[in-house]
Amino acid sequence: MITIFTENWQALLTGLGYTLFSSILALFFSLIIGSFFAILEEMPYRILKIIARIYIEVFRNIPLLVVAMFFYVVVPMYVTNINGFTAGTIGLTIYTSAFIAETVRAGIQAVDPGQMEGARSNGLTFMQAMFHIILPQAFKYVIPPLGNQFINLVKNSSVLAFVAGFDLMYQGDIIASTTFDTINTYIIIGVLYLIITMPLSYYMRHLEKKLS
Amino acid sequence: MKQFKKISLLFMSLIMVLVIAGCGSKNKADILTTAKETKTINWGVKADTKLFGLMNIKTGKTQGFDIDIADAVTKKILGKDATANFVQVTSKTRIPLLKNGNIDAIIATMSISKDREKQVDFSNPYFAAGQSILVKKESSIKSVKDVNKDGMIVLGVKGSTSVINMKKYAPKAEVLELDDYAQALTALKSGQGDALTTDNGILYGMVKENPDFSVVGGTFTHEPYGIAIDKGQDKFKNQINKALAEMRADGTYEKLLNKWFGDIPGFSVKEASQQ
Repeated sequence: MITIFTENWQALLTGLGYTLFSSILALFFSLIIGSFFAILEEMPYRILKIIARIYIEVFRNIPLLVVAMFFYVVVPMYVTNINGFTAGTIGLTIYTSAFIAETVRAGIQAVDPGQMEGARSNGLTFMQAMFHIILPQAFKYVIPPLGNQFINLVKNSSVLAFVAGFDLMYQGDIIASTTFDTINTYIIIGVLYLIITMPLSYYMRHLEKKLS
Repeated sequence: MKQFKKISLLFMSLIMVLVIAGCGSKNKADILTTAKETKTINWGVKADTKLFGLMNIKTGKTQGFDIDIADAVTKKILGKDATANFVQVTSKTRIPLLKNGNIDAIIATMSISKDREKQVDFSNPYFAAGQSILVKKESSIKSVKDVNKDGMIVLGVKGSTSVINMKKYAPKAEVLELDDYAQALTALKSGQGDALTTDNGILYGMVKENPDFSVVGGTFTHEPYGIAIDKGQDKFKNQINKALAEMRADGTYEKLLNKWFGDIPGFSVKEASQQ
């Protein structure tokens, strides 16, 4: 097991880097896109609600692998040339954003409706009330479930292995199939994922305590 | 202190996993004896490779040259009433499955190589394969030399020797490794790579389905396929070799080659049946 690590540390480190990079990108953009669709759903316009609903339901109910494969295969054929890493990260972002939208929406609904009414009657517009009054309170409620989504996102980034995205799982697959030492390779891969997810889950817990 | 306890607990559980993983070696039974008792040989075969082993969606059965050879070898060793049981494998799973005893032998477009011989034993070759490249018909690539340029992307399959060979024959090209041949071909179609490399036999199968593509430049390696058996099963290996030799002598072998490859342009039975 040690030899697998010492002989392949470069590949493993590259994989760790790509996984981390993809996760950070996807985390950042899925939080923005997810919050955007959550607000859209809470808007007092029916058509916007329907658009948000369709986006969320479609991407929440399709396997991530299918979304990633779509961007890897179909988009380069008809739109523009994107590589596996980009395709996988876009797929991961869109997939996660649907879940984050649902989580944030639950947070917004958990805020007392009186808060919105009060803000509006004090002359704030809907958007101002949303950003200054509702969202700060909503995020406090949703930190534990958001933490779950982030951890899932890091693990789901292993979808990059299927579209040749050079991530940890991709390197693991290759090392396992060239050394034939499947068990030990995947144990190492598991430990490396833990190195990313453990601090993340610890930090989310810390944030939760700090804000409560 | 509480924190330290938690961390040490985590490491303890990790160590437990490692210990359990290390306990895998058990005494293996003689495969030939069990096969004779059950009248069955469990073969690991591909299900995604045209001409060699492909799942027929309508019947749910795998079909191909590998399957027919396995079936014929089973009948030669165990008699006409014996059954060959087929288990689907991939390049990634075949050796672990053989090692843990889920399958008795692998006949899955597996090239005989020195590295693999450290892990498993091989029978005599049953198909003289060699590596070649597949490109779109209108591509400017005419042989493996044209691929050896900066910016060229070659597609391959994880765990195959062909990917390792590319580092030798086209070191300048970038190699992307995908999970199976179907995915690699899809990636080639959508322009994720300039060429697809693997054994000629598999490439011919792709051409048969996709006439927009062609195999160019001939083979540039000599990597015959063999049947893989776990180490220490010499009796079983000798029986397989004997069966293969009998099939060559009585014409069954040539008949099977013609059945699967006969109508493919450029295919030569003489070349494929080299030992």
